[in-house]
Amino acid sequence: MKFGVVVFPGSNCDHDAFYATQTNAESQSEFLWHKDTSIPSDIDCVILPGGFSYGDYLRSGAIARFSPIMKDVINFAEKGKPVLGICNGFQILTEAGLLPGTLMRNTSLTFICKDVHLKTLNRNTIFTNKIPENTILRIPIAHGEGNYFVDDDTLKMLKDNNQIVFQYCDENGNVNAESNPNGSMLNIAGIINNKGNILGMMPHPERLSDIALGGNDGLLIFKSLIDSIL
Amino acid sequence: MNLSKNFQEELYSEIEVTKETAKEVGLTEEEYDQIVSHLKRTPTYTELGVFGVLWSEHCSYKNSIKLLKTLPRSGKRLLVEAGEENAGLVDIGNGWAIAFKIESHNHPSAVEPYQGAATGVGGILRDIFSMGARPIASLDSLRFGELDNPRTKYLLKGIVKGIGDYGNSFGVPTVAGEVYFDSCYQDNPLVNAMAVGIVHKDKVISATAKGEGNPVFILGSRTGRDGIHGASLLASREFDEKSDEMRPTVQVGDPFAEKVLLEALLEMLDAKVLVGVQDMGAAGISSSTSEMSARGNVGMDIDLDKVPLREENMSAYEIMLSESQERMLLIVEKGKEHIAQEIAKKWDVPLTQIGQIRSDGLLKIYRNGKLVVNLDAEVLVLGGGAPQYTRESKIPQYINQVKQQQSEIDKVLQDNKNNSQNLLEKLLASPTIASKRWVFQQYDSQVLTNTVSISGDSAILRLKELPGKGIALTTDCNSRYVYLDPYQGGLASVFEAARNVVCSGALPVAITNCLNFGNPYDPEVYFQFKEAVRGMKDACLVLDTPVTGGNVSFHNESQKFAIFPTPTIGMLGMIDDLDLVMSPDLKNEGDLIYLLGNNRGETGGSEIAKLLMGKILGEAPKVIIEDELILQKTTLNLIHKKIINAAHDISEGGLAVALAEMSILSKKFGAIIDSENINSMAQLFGESQSRIVVTLHKSNIVEFENICKNNNLSYYFLGVVGGTSLNFKKFFSIEIDRINDIYSNAIKNEIDKK
Repeated sequence: MKFGVVVFPGSNCDHDAFYATQTNAESQSEFLWHKDTSIPSDIDCVILPGGFSYGDYLRSGAIARFSPIMKDVINFAEKGKPVLGICNGFQILTEAGLLPGTLMRNTSLTFICKDVHLKTLNRNTIFTNKIPENTILRIPIAHGEGNYFVDDDTLKMLKDNNQIVFQYCDENGNVNAESNPNGSMLNIAGIINNKGNILGMMPHPERLSDIALGGNDGLLIFKSLIDSIL
Repeated sequence: MNLSKNFQEELYSEIEVTKETAKEVGLTEEEYDQIVSHLKRTPTYTELGVFGVLWSEHCSYKNSIKLLKTLPRSGKRLLVEAGEENAGLVDIGNGWAIAFKIESHNHPSAVEPYQGAATGVGGILRDIFSMGARPIASLDSLRFGELDNPRTKYLLKGIVKGIGDYGNSFGVPTVAGEVYFDSCYQDNPLVNAMAVGIVHKDKVISATAKGEGNPVFILGSRTGRDGIHGASLLASREFDEKSDEMRPTVQVGDPFAEKVLLEALLEMLDAKVLVGVQDMGAAGISSSTSEMSARGNVGMDIDLDKVPLREENMSAYEIMLSESQERMLLIVEKGKEHIAQEIAKKWDVPLTQIGQIRSDGLLKIYRNGKLVVNLDAEVLVLGGGAPQYTRESKIPQYINQVKQQQSEIDKVLQDNKNNSQNLLEKLLASPTIASKRWVFQQYDSQVLTNTVSISGDSAILRLKELPGKGIALTTDCNSRYVYLDPYQGGLASVFEAARNVVCSGALPVAITNCLNFGNPYDPEVYFQFKEAVRGMKDACLVLDTPVTGGNVSFHNESQKFAIFPTPTIGMLGMIDDLDLVMSPDLKNEGDLIYLLGNNRGETGGSEIAKLLMGKILGEAPKVIIEDELILQKTTLNLIHKKIINAAHDISEGGLAVALAEMSILSKKFGAIIDSENINSMAQLFGESQSRIVVTLHKSNIVEFENICKNNNLSYYFLGVVGGTSLNFKKFFSIEIDRINDIYSNAIKNEIDKK
């Protein structure tokens, strides 16, 4: 099992995703350069990491989607191989049309960095199958534009198809306005495509994958992937 | 590139230089005379501009350097001495070193808060990675006027957003800092940005130019008209009605450009193609070319026509003085230019040769084929020809006055004895004490996944390079004490920083300082400066925490206000075992609560005195050096032997606020304080130094007492952890939920108030 972590100019969680997969999840990892046009054949899962690709100028993720490697990321995804977009990676996935909807500015209009709690709505995916039932995850967010928005029809489709994977909640699992950090529709923190191989999420699982940092709930996502692919 | 071939060697001046022109660039008449007598000719206009910025207060340290040299600047862990390089460098073992430095960006932030603060962060980060170190943490010490003033809100919002947007995008966690509110900072807020990086000793690169014929390159952004006179005029004088007109002298930051600059530079270092590197910060090309040359006893030929520009028709003067951000000056090893170019191309960062090294120490600068600067690099720089002054100093009149007013504080406190609960609530809501969550949630504190804790007295980071080990970081200065007694305040700043590091279980190893003062030509200000430096020196000597570098920011005053003297200390602590770190939150019901150190009930300069009297007065708390050392050493011992399970430094708001914070952080435990030792308002809210609150399990009491006694450390039983309220039996009992609500929301509520 090998993860490929794409490095865009301005990615700044690339090393963190590498460390979490390679060291914490005890798997293998490799950096992929945004100017490359193809993904090596031994890569089993592509991670689009967090950060500010191209400075997030214009609009978050809007320039990165035109990076040369994105063509092959789309091919890779179309073949049904797993792609995980974290934070800026989620924004790039929506800009590239691999996931529906968009991420608007937080309702507070400020950047927010803090630990949030997540409820897993769909444990039947390659990204979430190791998450125990009724477990509330604690994973940090760090973004200025994480306010998920989509049209009503698509939102209904996401619900009907079980594509809403994570919702912001409080530590007891209550999904409500108080536990919504950024104004996302239905407290959406992460969604998956209909085929079930592309996950985008605003929280950073790589940031709490190490007990030395006070928690490792994020590791469950990488472990799920490793388990599904092996 | 053979520059001098087709160039005229006759000096060219864009306009004629006179004493009046010298004044316009910020030089005094005496300094101008000194220049003329040295050159034995009139300088060209561009040369004058270069002298103006390099001999400015900001670059030359002309009024501070003699005193700075009295600070301890070397030690067994220091790899470079203060001032030698862009930042200090501390050996942390196994071949690794920590680079760190703090710097002010006060004046730019006052006139343009967002860009001023953003470029402050950008500048200090470049100081760190220009040494080859990867930045791993950032800290910010901020000071504002009172928060209920609309301008303060405007400044706070802009400055916090500027810091956040730059650091978050660049990808460095902002892990600690301070935010103080006092009216003296109304017109002149302080923004002191600190950065910390890690580097392997073999990869450290010096800001020294070497090797005749080696090419000189600019890496990074194009040069524009932004920031001209930033150092010489904006940063080196007081605020007046014209200061708003200085807004164009503030630089504009681009964190994305900085991030790719970092990656390209570190990759060039890995490829071993570089001879020397210096950031282009204040004074841009002028300072980087002259300082690098002077350090290496060489010179440079520079063709300004080669510098990539943002606008056409920029004059030599403008190019030399531009402070456009995200630029570095590189000396590349001759013959390896193509490797450097490949790396620059990979990261899409412009890399342009602008000159080459000369062996003779001359800085020769050309524009449009004409020689516009022909100077000995040494003459320009600190340690070379730049002037050094000792200024006149005089005890400020106010010092005795405020001391005598101590009796007024004592009386008012006595009168308020039955009002203690209300006062505690007000203290917890005071912006200087209240939770800074509104601020720090706007900063990414976790990127790079090294942040172990940001909630204690200092931030704790692990080091992936040294498994199991970590560092503790803090910035500290209670400028109210420095104002009341500059020597005691200087001592207290260093000791408080060290205490905060100790309370996290780390050993203090070195400091960086940012000395923010008023006009040095005012003898009373100079007295404050001299005395504060003496206090810092004495504290650093006994702690064995040398000063690795920093900066001096004078002229922090407006027509209405002079700031309190504010020597901000940034401290680095070492953690040998991350399993033995400490936090301030109460942990278990039934734990015993003790005070380490003596509760002398000093209230001068305290938050409670400010609350009741509306201003800062009284006698600054005294630091007894011997007591402080015993306290710190013993506390570390208690932490490392796992005798105690919480530790918190007592600072603003005194014992009552410290215990309230420990309860709030625990999220569930109250405390019952029924000790005979807490009788007076001064003991409750006083701010005597050298005190730490600790908790321990009952079973550790014998060993705890033995260790304290053996070390001659005074300790006092306070009470027990438990219940859901903070219960000082002789005074009040308040529910933790209530004080948590007050403490956590005070700043946000005030900012949201229309």
